[in-house]
Amino acid sequence: MTTLILRTASVYLMPLLLLFSVFILLRGHYLPGGGFVGGLIASIALVVYGYANGINQIKSFLRFHPGALIPTGVSLSLISGLLPMFAGKPFMTNLWLDGTYPIIGQPGTALIFDTGVYFVVVGTALTIIFSIAEDNEK
Amino acid sequence: MLTAIVLCFAFALVFTLFGKHLRGRITYLTSLLPLSLFIYFLGLQNSLSSGGEFLSIYPWISSLGIDLSFRLDGLSQIFTLIITGIGFTVFLYAAEYLRGHPFLDRFYGYLLMFMGSMLGLVLSDNLITLFIFWELTSISSFFLIGFNHRDQKARKAALTALVITGGGGLFMLLGFVLMGMVAGTYSISEIVLMKSLFSDSIYLGLIVLALFAGAFTKSAQFPFHFWLPDAMRAPTPISTYLHSATMVKAGVYLLARFSPLFDGEIYWNEALILFGTITFIYGAAQSIFKTDLKAILAYTTIAALGIMVMLIGIGTSAAIYALLVFICVHALYKAGLFLVVGSIDKICGTRDITKIRGLRNTSVVLFVAALLAAISSAGLIPTIGYHGKHLIYSSVMESGAWGIGLLVLTIAASILLLCAGLLVGLKPFTGPVSPEVPLQKHTPPAMWITPLLLGLTGLGMGIFYRAPQELLFLPALESLHGGIVSKQMHLWSGTDTLFWLSWGTVLAGIILFVFFRPSHEYSKRDKKFKKFHSRYLLEQGVINVKRTFSFLTHVLQNGYLRYYTAVILTFLIVLISLRMYTGFENGYEFEFALDFTFNELATIIVMVVSILLAVFTTSRVVAVASLGGVGLCICLLFVYFSAPDLAMTQFTIDTLTVVLFVLLLKKLPLYLSKVDTGVNWRDLIISCTFGLLVTIITLEILFTGSVKEISNFYAENAYLLAKGKNVVNVILVDFRGVDTLIEITVLAVSGLGVFSLIRLKMGIDRER
Repeated sequence: MTTLILRTASVYLMPLLLLFSVFILLRGHYLPGGGFVGGLIASIALVVYGYANGINQIKSFLRFHPGALIPTGVSLSLISGLLPMFAGKPFMTNLWLDGTYPIIGQPGTALIFDTGVYFVVVGTALTIIFSIAEDNEK
Repeated sequence: MLTAIVLCFAFALVFTLFGKHLRGRITYLTSLLPLSLFIYFLGLQNSLSSGGEFLSIYPWISSLGIDLSFRLDGLSQIFTLIITGIGFTVFLYAAEYLRGHPFLDRFYGYLLMFMGSMLGLVLSDNLITLFIFWELTSISSFFLIGFNHRDQKARKAALTALVITGGGGLFMLLGFVLMGMVAGTYSISEIVLMKSLFSDSIYLGLIVLALFAGAFTKSAQFPFHFWLPDAMRAPTPISTYLHSATMVKAGVYLLARFSPLFDGEIYWNEALILFGTITFIYGAAQSIFKTDLKAILAYTTIAALGIMVMLIGIGTSAAIYALLVFICVHALYKAGLFLVVGSIDKICGTRDITKIRGLRNTSVVLFVAALLAAISSAGLIPTIGYHGKHLIYSSVMESGAWGIGLLVLTIAASILLLCAGLLVGLKPFTGPVSPEVPLQKHTPPAMWITPLLLGLTGLGMGIFYRAPQELLFLPALESLHGGIVSKQMHLWSGTDTLFWLSWGTVLAGIILFVFFRPSHEYSKRDKKFKKFHSRYLLEQGVINVKRTFSFLTHVLQNGYLRYYTAVILTFLIVLISLRMYTGFENGYEFEFALDFTFNELATIIVMVVSILLAVFTTSRVVAVASLGGVGLCICLLFVYFSAPDLAMTQFTIDTLTVVLFVLLLKKLPLYLSKVDTGVNWRDLIISCTFGLLVTIITLEILFTGSVKEISNFYAENAYLLAKGKNVVNVILVDFRGVDTLIEITVLAVSGLGVFSLIRLKMGIDRER
C-alpha cells in the first residue's frame, strides 16, 4: 500500500494531525474534545503514516515501543488522582491553578488525568494495530 | 501510631528490595525494630493505665467514611505488646535459625509486612481499614507458610490457609458493610456504643454470622481448624509468631472487640460457647496423639483458641478478664514451646517425639526454658499460667446454667493440654539418650536465650502479678467491658473448690503423662475417618468446582467470536427480559418520532440500506464497507442532535476499526459462506430480539424523569464544581473520574493482552 499520493500526503498529514490531536486534548474541558478523542486522532495520524511508509518507518520515528505509553498513561492518571492526597484532600479531588488560559481554560489536575487517558489510548491502539501488522508482514 | 505501622512496611520494602546484604550477625540488628516499638508502646502504658486512650485520624477516603484512624486502648495494648514483644524474640531467633538462608532478605521483608499489618489490625478504629489489615495478615501469612517454595506441600498449605482465612475475611467484609449501613459510620469506637440500634436491626443475625465467618476461619475454630496444622510447614519462627502467638488471635480480637455490642443478642453467646467448646475438646483430644512436636503444639493452639472463644461466649466480666490474661499467658508459653521445638529440630534434625530422648545432658539451658514454658502451660504455681487457669475455672464455674457441664469439659481439656505441654517441654529431655541426639553440638545463644526470656517473663509476671494486673489487665477490662471483677489474680486464695480443682487437674495431667506412650499407631487410625473431615469436604468441593467450570468453559468459551457474541447477547436478553417482566412502564408517546427533518430521514434511509447490504452481501469487503457506512450515519445523527463529542469519538473509532479490518482481511476468507440456514435464523432471532429490547430501554429512559435530574445536575454543576464548560468531558475526568481511571486500566490490560497473544503466536510460528 505504498501509493505516491498517500505517501506524499502522509508526510504533511501526520504532524498536522498530531498537532490537532493535542489541540483537541487541551480544549476538552471547555469545548468538544478531550483525552480519549485526542488519543484516537493521534493514533490515526501515526497509523496513516505507518500505512504509507511502512511500519518500520514509524517505529524509527517513535524511537520507543508504543506499548511503553500504556503504563505511562495509567500512572500519569493515577498520579493526578493521588496528588490531592498530598494536599490533604480525598483521592481524585481536582486541584486548580489560578487564572484561565485560551483553549485550555483553567488548568488543573484534570488536565493531567486527561493526558494520561490520551497516552493510554494512543499506546493501546498502536500496540494492537502494529502487532497485527507485524504478524501480517511475516 | 501510623508512624509505627508505616515504619514496618517501609522496612519490609527496604528488606525485600535491598536486603541482599543481610548476612551473618547484621541480621540480629533487625530485631531492634520490634524492640523499639515494644518500648514505644510500653512508654504509652502509663497514661493508658490511668484511663486515657490514644486516637489519631488521618483522612484517606473521607467521602466514603474510610479513614486511617487508629485507637490504642487496653485491649489493643495487650495485643501490641504481644506483637512487638514476641516479635522481638522471633526476629532474634530467626536470625540464627535461618542463618545463611538464601532468601533471608525476603523472609524479613514478609515478617515485617506481617508485623505492620498485625499492628494495623489491632489499632484500627475503622472497619474498612481493619479489614484491609486483616487481609494483609492473611497475605503475608501465605507468603511465610510457602517460604520453602520448593516444597510442594508447603505451597499447598499456604494456599489452603489463604483460601480459608481470605474467604472468611470476605464474609467479614460483608458484615462490616452491613454494620456501616446500620450505624451510618465505620468508626469502631462509635459503633460499639450503639447496642440498642443494632439489637433492633433486621440485619443483626446476618452481621453476627458474617463476623463469625471471619473470626472462626482466622482463629482456626472447628470446622475451619485444619489449615493451622498444615501451616506448620512454615519455618518454626513463623509458626511461633503467626500461627500461635499473634495472627490466629486476630479472630479472638475481633470477637472481643465487638463483644460489648453483641453480648446477650440472639445466638451470639450460645454459638460462641458451642463452637469454642467443640474446638477445644477436639484440639486437646487430637494433640496428645500426634508424634510431630509441632503438630502437638498446633492442636494445643487450636484448643487454646477454642477456650478463648468460649470465654467470649460466656461474656461475664470475669470471663472477659480471664480471656485477657489467658491471651497473654498463651502467647508467652506457646511461643516459648515453639522456639524450643525449633531448637530441638535444629539439634536433632527431627521433630519426631518417639525418637528424641535425653536432651537434658547436652542442652541444659534449653531444658530449663522448655520446663518453664511447660509448667506455665500446665498452670503450676507461681507462673502466669497458674493465674490464667484459675481465672478460667472461676469464670466458667460462675457462667450460669451450663456452668457445671462446661467446667467438666474445660477440666478434661486442661488435663489433656497439660499432658501435651509436658510431652513437648519435658519428654524430649528425659530418659536415656537416643541415637538421634548428638553428643556434642554447639547451640547458638540466640536459640536458647529467646525461649528462656519468654519463660522468665511468664514466671516473673506470675510472681509479681500485681503490676501487670493493676497496670495492664484491669484497665483493659475497664475500657473493653466497663466492669470490675471480684475474682482477681492471687497467689494464694485458700483451700477452696478452685484450689482442689486446680491441683486435681495437675495431678491427673501428670498421671496421664507418665502412663501415656506417644506412638505412630494413632495417626493410622485417623485415616479411617478421613471422609468425615472438613478438609476432605473442602477438597472435594474445590475439585467439583474445577470440574464444573472446565465443562462450562468448554461450552461457552470455545474460541469462536460468533458464539461469544451470541452468548453475551442471549444472557443480556434474559437479564433484561426478567427485569422488564417485573417492572415495565409503557404508555409511550410517539409524537416525537414524527418530528424529523429531511436530513435525518435521508441519513436513516442510507443507514438501513447499508445494514441490509451488510447482511445480504456475500463479499467480506462489501460487508466491512457497509458497516463503516452505518457507523458514519450514526455519527451524522449525533451531529444532528448536537452531541459533537460523541460524533467525534464515533468517527475516529470507525476509522480505526476499518483500518483494523483491512489489516485482518488477509487472514479471513474472502467470501462469506452461508451454508447453515439454521445458524442464520438463530442469529437473526437473537439480534432482532436484542435490538427490540434496546429500543424499549431507550424509550423507557426517555420517559422516566430520573435521568433528566441526573443530566441536569451535571449540566448545572459542571462549571461550578469542576470549572469546565464541556459537560461530557467534565463527567469523564471529574464527576466519574474513578470510572475513567478503571476504564483506561481495562483498556491497557486488553491492549497488553492482544500484544502478548500475537507475540505468543508469532513465537509458536517461528518454532515451526
